[in-house]
Amino acid sequence: MSNNGSSTKNYPVHDPVCGMEVKSPSKHFIDMNGKRFEFCSDNCKSKFELNPHEYMHKQSSEASNRTTKDGVEKLQLPIQGLSCATCVNTIEKEIKKLPGIKSAVVNYASETVFVEFKNAETSTSEIISAVKNAGYQTGKSTLKLGINGMHCGSCVSKIEKELSSTKGIISASIDLGSESAIINYVPGSINVKEIKKVIEKLGYKTFDTSGVKPKEDGKEQKPARTPAQAGAGREEPVDENQAAREKEYNTLMHKFIFAAILSLPVIFFSYPTVWGLPEQFQMGSPILRYIWVAMSFLSLPVMFWSGAQFYTGAWAAFKNRSANMHTLIATGITAAFLYSVIATYFPSVFPKAELADQFFDVIFVVVALVVLGMALEIRAKGKSSEAIKKLIGLQAKTAKVLRDGKELDIPVEEVVLDDIIIVRPGEKIPVDGVLVDGSSSIDESMITGEPIPVEKHGGDDVIGATINKTGSFKFKATKVGKDTALAQIIKMVEQAQSSKAPIQKVVDQVSGYFVPAVIIAAILSFVVWYVVGPAPQLIYSLIVFVTVLVIACPCALGLATPISLMVGVGKGAENGILIRSGEALETAQRLDTIILDKTGTITEGKPSLTDVIVTNNFSEEEVLLLSASVEKVSEHPLAEAIVKGAIDKGITLVDPSEFNAVPGHGVEANVNGRKIYLGNLKMMKKFNIDLGGLEEKSTHLADDGKTPMFVAIDNKAAGIIAVADTIKADSKDAIAQLKKLGLEVVMITGDNVRTANAIGRQVGIDRVLAEVLPEDKAINVQKLQNEGKVVAMVGDGINDAPALAQANIGLAIGTGTDVAIEASDITLIKGSLKGVVLAIQLSKATMKNIKQNLFGAFFYNGLGLPIAAGLLYPFFGVLLSPLLAGAAMAFSSVTVVTNANRLRNFKAKIN
Amino acid sequence: MTLDQILVMIGGVGLSALVAWYFWFSEKKAVKVETSDSGIQEAVIKVKGGYTPDVLIFEAGKPIKLNFIREETAGCTEDVIFSDFNKRATLTPFKTIPVDLKIDKPGEYGFQCGMGMIKGKLIIS
Repeated sequence: MSNNGSSTKNYPVHDPVCGMEVKSPSKHFIDMNGKRFEFCSDNCKSKFELNPHEYMHKQSSEASNRTTKDGVEKLQLPIQGLSCATCVNTIEKEIKKLPGIKSAVVNYASETVFVEFKNAETSTSEIISAVKNAGYQTGKSTLKLGINGMHCGSCVSKIEKELSSTKGIISASIDLGSESAIINYVPGSINVKEIKKVIEKLGYKTFDTSGVKPKEDGKEQKPARTPAQAGAGREEPVDENQAAREKEYNTLMHKFIFAAILSLPVIFFSYPTVWGLPEQFQMGSPILRYIWVAMSFLSLPVMFWSGAQFYTGAWAAFKNRSANMHTLIATGITAAFLYSVIATYFPSVFPKAELADQFFDVIFVVVALVVLGMALEIRAKGKSSEAIKKLIGLQAKTAKVLRDGKELDIPVEEVVLDDIIIVRPGEKIPVDGVLVDGSSSIDESMITGEPIPVEKHGGDDVIGATINKTGSFKFKATKVGKDTALAQIIKMVEQAQSSKAPIQKVVDQVSGYFVPAVIIAAILSFVVWYVVGPAPQLIYSLIVFVTVLVIACPCALGLATPISLMVGVGKGAENGILIRSGEALETAQRLDTIILDKTGTITEGKPSLTDVIVTNNFSEEEVLLLSASVEKVSEHPLAEAIVKGAIDKGITLVDPSEFNAVPGHGVEANVNGRKIYLGNLKMMKKFNIDLGGLEEKSTHLADDGKTPMFVAIDNKAAGIIAVADTIKADSKDAIAQLKKLGLEVVMITGDNVRTANAIGRQVGIDRVLAEVLPEDKAINVQKLQNEGKVVAMVGDGINDAPALAQANIGLAIGTGTDVAIEASDITLIKGSLKGVVLAIQLSKATMKNIKQNLFGAFFYNGLGLPIAAGLLYPFFGVLLSPLLAGAAMAFSSVTVVTNANRLRNFKAKIN
Repeated sequence: MTLDQILVMIGGVGLSALVAWYFWFSEKKAVKVETSDSGIQEAVIKVKGGYTPDVLIFEAGKPIKLNFIREETAGCTEDVIFSDFNKRATLTPFKTIPVDLKIDKPGEYGFQCGMGMIKGKLIIS
């Protein structure tokens, strides 16, 4: 089948025309474009000859999957990026490492791997990851699809079975609960439409999980869209949780209105003396007794409909031997109810007539207020999680992909690596990639927080979900699906919002004991009032008991930290700041030293050639030609500057040999038979080069903030090549701001002391750590930590990873679409140092907010409980009414959420 | 002190002791989750005012799938948080929401609702 060494192997191939399995080598074949195509018959062969392009594409990306009776599965998988015949061995070896592999053969020509394996011992996905391990991509795409009409587990297995036996589908997993399927398939072999057809043939409906969901009756249910979103061309995904929250809010509001309306007459007749009602409505009158009877009946729907959640919640918790807010409210209103019922129907039980009083009003008011509080809380909480919803809504739905010269409008899920995508003005960029043709200005504010559109040209990175403003361009997809910057941002934000800030530990310790402790406090208060309280003891005891139960608000305590964290982390993401966890946020606000890496952090990181100084009769061109040729193979940014400088001057470079990098010193190589050393003073000393007057000249250059490099040719000093890195426009401002925040700012760099000091002076940094080797950065961080300082390190995520990890807080300056930088605690998507200022300010603001919440919650409960228990009574004769307690409780948790939502208005204070 | 006062006192203290025992000191029932044929340890947790079951025992190193079914609309239980693993799931009412975990280190790991009022525990042996 192929023209490489593996042609003697006898494996099944597919006829590109009819798809039949043909034993290779076949009698009928054509060699075309370096590939061999084999056919079942001459008929298929002649069809192919007539229109080869139609069939060629089909074959190269075909995948299939067949299982024999003894559990041996035959898998055929396309592989992308096979560039050499030796790659074949690498992939085969990697796959054969897996257990249960009977054979693995890679066909270089058709870019396909054929695997026979026992499916009990290994799986398709393991084979795919083996291919990945070998450094190649399989043409796999993942589709998430909603499926309607599944009622049971057997539906699930039916669809799964059908899907996995469909050609082109690698695996399918269906979740009944979320009514969705995750399908891995080979694009080109099958498309989304065809997959949907397979499912629909079985009698189920499919819908895009992020789009329009069909209802059972077949009508389409339009997702809620606000005019603003519609205008921006964005569709909000159907959010069932939001719908459930909305429904719960409405139910609670109805329950509140019901209880509130009924509470009015109840309050009116509960305090006849207060309103100065006539004699027949006063305590002890028969009319009032009838009214009490009416109240007792009215209180039933209030307790068991308006307040139903208290009872169900309390009972469910009770069964689990735990207690919560519902337990407290349910116990409180039940006690009031029982007492009132006895007073109404069996007043003679009480030894004194005055004890036969009712507390129905407590039930009505407490239920109404607490239910209102819960409703308001739901509303407020919905706002707290808006940031993440916004991020999810940013995802583009479709992409215009160029395939086989045709422009196709396909769902974004079907975009694969290396697809060429066309973007026109006003359109959203669907995935991450590299611009290959055209140029435009792109609004990246939604990802980076940078309000000014960025100019992009060929070779520049483009980020998915950003919006193309002016020109049309084509770009190559480099990251799709869950690897895109947006997907990673969403994942990081979700993780951070679920993490725990260390400050929360106090609350965790308290919350486990809180509710039972309140119940015990209520019981003991009852006892104390009964034994030593004033007459009528029973009435006072009951009031105190109910008030203590009702005023306690465990929710405020439990909500205080997580709700602020949620808003704070979300706010960060809006501004291009990704905070990894609550712990990072908490540490960031108590930093006292910040180390900034020079290159790429303070400066652009893209130096350019500034000076060429020659000596010993070497010519400028000669020195530049030889040094640039040496640096051609180096990946150091300074090297790039020299190479670029030489090319710009029209110098043609030659290939160096015996290239060797001496870390922290420089490089050496042979060019045109001449030995070149290029590096710093240490390098020259190492090879005993006599520098003559060059050292002084280099000092002058360094004083100007330039980086001079000595060049020696054939062990003779030849000159100096200087490059300089430009300082980012806002670095100076940001550093001043950091100082204003009370931070000691330190610069760390591998540059020599003079250059480093020159840059330091320009940006206003006093403490400069120069000539630090890359591997020593972490040690320098540690040195500062040993001074007892809480240290943040700001640098790029690759070279500075050890230092970022060593620092108390590692802030990584993001490079393009790489946002999930492992070593960092905070990632700044935008390259500006202002992000650091913003991150620290936001951390401070969030922690302040958390502390306010915690203080409020502890203060409220700490003060409210003793007052409710009647501690003020002996001194001031004041006893809290259970009605007031209900109001206080209802609004304490709303206050906490509202306070957290204030963080949504956070604005950086940057001049 | 009158008889009723003495009775109330004894009753009150006794009731307090009962509350403390019931909520704090009584042994909670833990459910041991078996590994299925596919190698996954799968459990269904009903969410209604609390988690049932709320203490689950798993083996270390094997994948865990917790299927949460929230049988209420009350907002309290909307989120379930596994803060040890920075994992959060929003529980859509009356739907099965799976949470996948794989815990290699034996120990006890808590999970809780958004406010930390309702708690459960995974015991990894």
